[in-house]
Parts: sequence; C-alpha cells; structure tokens
Amino acid sequence: MGIIEAKDLKKTFGSTIAVDGITFSVQKGEVFGFLGPNGAGKTTTMKMIACTSPKTSGTLTVLGMDPDTAPAAIKARLGVVPQETNLDPDFTCFGNLFTYAQYFDIPDKTAAEKADELLEFVQLVEKRDVPVDKLSGGMKRRLILARALVNNPDLLILDEPTIGLDPQARHLMWEKLRALRAQGNTIVLTTHYLDEAARLCDRLVIMDNGKILVEGAPADLVREHAGHEIVEVEMSDDVIACLKDLQVPYEVAGDMIQIATESSRDIARILLDRCRTVKVITRPATLEDVFLKLTGRKLRE
Amino acid sequence: MPHILSIPMVTPRAIRVWHRNLVVFIRTWHVNFFPPLVEALLYLFAIGMGIGSYITEIEGIPYVQFIAPAILTIAIMNSAFFECTYGSYVRMYYQKSFDAMIATPLSIEDVIAGELLWGATRSVIYVMIMLPVLALFGVISLPLALLAIPLAFLGGLMFAGIGMCFTAVSPGIDTLNYPAFLFITPMTLFSGTFFPLSILPVALQYFALALLPLTHLVAAMRMFTEAAVTPVLLLHLAWIVVVTIICCIISINLMRRRLIV
Repeated sequence: MGIIEAKDLKKTFGSTIAVDGITFSVQKGEVFGFLGPNGAGKTTTMKMIACTSPKTSGTLTVLGMDPDTAPAAIKARLGVVPQETNLDPDFTCFGNLFTYAQYFDIPDKTAAEKADELLEFVQLVEKRDVPVDKLSGGMKRRLILARALVNNPDLLILDEPTIGLDPQARHLMWEKLRALRAQGNTIVLTTHYLDEAARLCDRLVIMDNGKILVEGAPADLVREHAGHEIVEVEMSDDVIACLKDLQVPYEVAGDMIQIATESSRDIARILLDRCRTVKVITRPATLEDVFLKLTGRKLRE
Repeated sequence: MPHILSIPMVTPRAIRVWHRNLVVFIRTWHVNFFPPLVEALLYLFAIGMGIGSYITEIEGIPYVQFIAPAILTIAIMNSAFFECTYGSYVRMYYQKSFDAMIATPLSIEDVIAGELLWGATRSVIYVMIMLPVLALFGVISLPLALLAIPLAFLGGLMFAGIGMCFTAVSPGIDTLNYPAFLFITPMTLFSGTFFPLSILPVALQYFALALLPLTHLVAAMRMFTEAAVTPVLLLHLAWIVVVTIICCIISINLMRRRLIV
C-alpha cells in the first residue's frame, strides 16, 4: 500500500468542480509531482492530502489513515510547505521553528535542538534571532521548508516550493529537497516550473480542469508525448507549404513552427536545403513540450 | 457540514494556541501593561473625580465608587472583544497564522478555542493590573473585590465569543468597525455603567437586561466591589454563562465554515 492512495477523488465548491475524480498512488521514498495550469486542481488536491480541506467524494488514504476520521494523527506525520508564506511575524527564525514544534507537542528541549539543527540545514544560522519580516523571499521559503521538518515528517507536501525565487535560491532549495529524498523521505510537490519537475520528480502527473491527463516518469512522458528532439523554425507561409509538400508533421506554436522528431539532423537538413529557411534551432524535447501539447497554449486565469 | 450549534471537538491542544499568544503578549509587555493602568487612572480622575465632584452620590454610595465596577467591566469587554475581532482577524487573514496552525495536529476548533481562551485571559490580566490602582484609591471593597478576577475570565470569555462571531462573518477588517461602534460603544454608556439603569425608560431597561451583556457583567461586578452581594447575582451569572456558552460554540462553528472549505 502506498503512502497516499486516492481513488475517484473529487472536490466541488458549489457548482465548480475543482478536482474531478482523480486516481493516483504515491509510493514510499519517491518524489511525486503535480503539474498543471492555474486552476487545474493541484492545490486543492494538496489540501485534501494535508487534511485541511475535506473531500467531496471518492476515497483517500494518507499514511494508511483516512483524513476524514484521523486528521490529527495524519497531520502529526506530515510536513507542509504552503504556497503562501505564512510564517509567524511575531517571532524570530528560531522562534518560528520552536513555536511550530510546540504545536506538534514536541518537548521544549527537543524543539530547541531541532530548531537549531534545521536552521543549519537551510543555512539560516546567522539569521537565527532575526524577525522573519527582515528575511528575503528565498530565506523565507527556506525557513518554511525548515518549519515543515520540525516533526521529522514521513511525508512532505510542497505547494510551489520555489515560487518567486531567484535562480540561486531555487538551486539551493533543490539541493535541500534532493538531500531529503536521499534520506528516504517521501515528497509530493506541485510546481509551475517544468525544469524543476523534470529534475526532482521520480514520477508526476499532469492535471487540467480537475483531471489527470497523464502519469509517468518525466523522461518517459517526454519520449511518449514529445519525441526525442524538437526542431524549431520561424513561421512563414513558405515553410508551411514546404513542410506540407514533404508530408512532415509539424505544430504551430505562437510565431514558431515545431517539428518533433527522432532525428533533428535530418529534419534540419531538409529545412535548410529544400525549404530555404535561414535559421533552424534544434533542441532536446522537454517536459514543457509535453505540458503545452497536453494542456494547450491558451492562457489560464 | 456541522450544525451551527453542534458541540465542537476541542482538544487540550488549544492551550498551544493560547500559549503562543501569551508569549507574544509578554514579550511586548511594555505596550500591553500600561494601557489598563492609564485607563483606570483616566476614568478615575476624569469621570470619578471630575463629574463625581458634582454628583457626589448615586444610590447612597460615592460616585467614584459607583463607577469603579464600570471601569473594570469596560476593560474586560474591550480587551477580550478587540483581541478576538481585530487581533484574531489579523492573525487569520493577514498573517495566515491559522492556516499554518491547522497544518499541524491542531484542528481549527483547537485554534479558535485557544484564541477565545486567550481573549478571556487578556481580560483577567487587565483586571489584575487595574485592581491595585482602584484599591489604592479606596474605591473597591477588599477582599470580596478579588472575585473580579474569576469574573473577568467569565466575562472575557463571553466578549471573546461575541467578538469571534463577528470576526467569522466580517467580509473585511473595516467592517469590524460596525459592531465596535454600533454595539460596543452604546453598551459602554447604557448598561448601568456611569448611571443606574433605573433612570432609563422602562422599555430601555428591559432592552438592556435582555440584550446588552455588559449590563449583567456590571451588575455582578458592582456586587463584588461594593461588597453587597444579593441572590440576584445568580441570575446575572446564569445569563452570562448561557450567553458565553452559546456564543463560543457558534463562533467556533462559524469560523470552521469560513476557513475549512
């Protein structure tokens, strides 16, 4: 039995269906990602797992227990990094961790030791006694990660862990998450950054409109849905006519034409020789190609 | 969805939330300890001795003694009500503290119960600061007036519960001004605080007794500070206990409705 088992899990708000009967399972020790455009139902799913939003129907077990009947017992073993920064502004970095540990009934002495240990882990030792409103965005996210670890959780739930961070801060966050994974932690995360998902996740699902579209390992999904490589060329009627003549399947993406292929070299040569294009870009296919192919290019609000 | 009057499942963990607020209160003691001290002195001088020099006696007792229980109960009301309206609203909406707390074994019921207990505790602390000042001026009767301390907890819990009901339904922090000036301010003046209820028109007297919680709190407090306890005290206390229980239960259920979707 997995750490999380969901079957036909559904959540409605009035007449809005936020999560529309999803089935998935997360195994011990894996990093499992939820991807999808805004409004896909990722955060709602996270909240149901974290026992802070009751499901409408279906079944859900977390750590073998039912969030409807044993929320406190489940939450005692969860570590949650919410999308919104909700550190306690009335306390210092140390105070935040110490106070939070008390909510888990951790004795004061253990809580203080754990707080200092975690400040070291997220590299905030020199900010130990600084009020949290004096921290940068990256430091706040790291402190929230530390806060999620005060109870040595069996399952970490991260909702957009690197949202709004600069590249340095993101890399540091990834390093910490990989370290946690190496220790055998089970991690569930949502993210808008597809490179992040590709780097961190063992398996992931792509959601849209409350449903799961695909599930699998990032590399497998790329191979199945986007091919090996992508050739991009600026759009023009001539190129389109030429590709049609040659019967090469293509896709229009904004002002670019994309051709998914197993051999970018051949396609590039054809384009340069026979379609008289000047500029051709070849690159490996990424999760972003899969994502856009499955969820479309229409802007979500 | 639980009924608005269903008994909430509160666990002893509520104390964690109470303790968090106490720690913050003690750390910022310099801004918290002086207001009740100054408030007591201001009322004593401005109303007790200012107006009191013209009125001298009400119902056979010196005016400054007559208003002593009002000073205490208004402090009880304000400290709990404003803590559980503006204070709780800031923690709930702006600081997202409740969201952070319910990600731990704490339930939303525990969190709100902890906030209510804290509001009542704040009332107790204020009364404990004011009592020595009033005793120094000789306007309360010791030792019976020490019962003001447990009464402060009960009255504080009542106003915490009432305040939390408003917090649970207020669309924004600004709309909390309505209960503050339409409910709290008139109550401060028309609950037998600075003049006896008996001089009001009879209809208003009944209105005050039926619907203004401060009326009962002042009446009970006056019996303690003047050492003039009568059996009517039990009626006042019973009214307060019933309203406290109902308001606290409703406020927790309303908050659950607001925050758990």
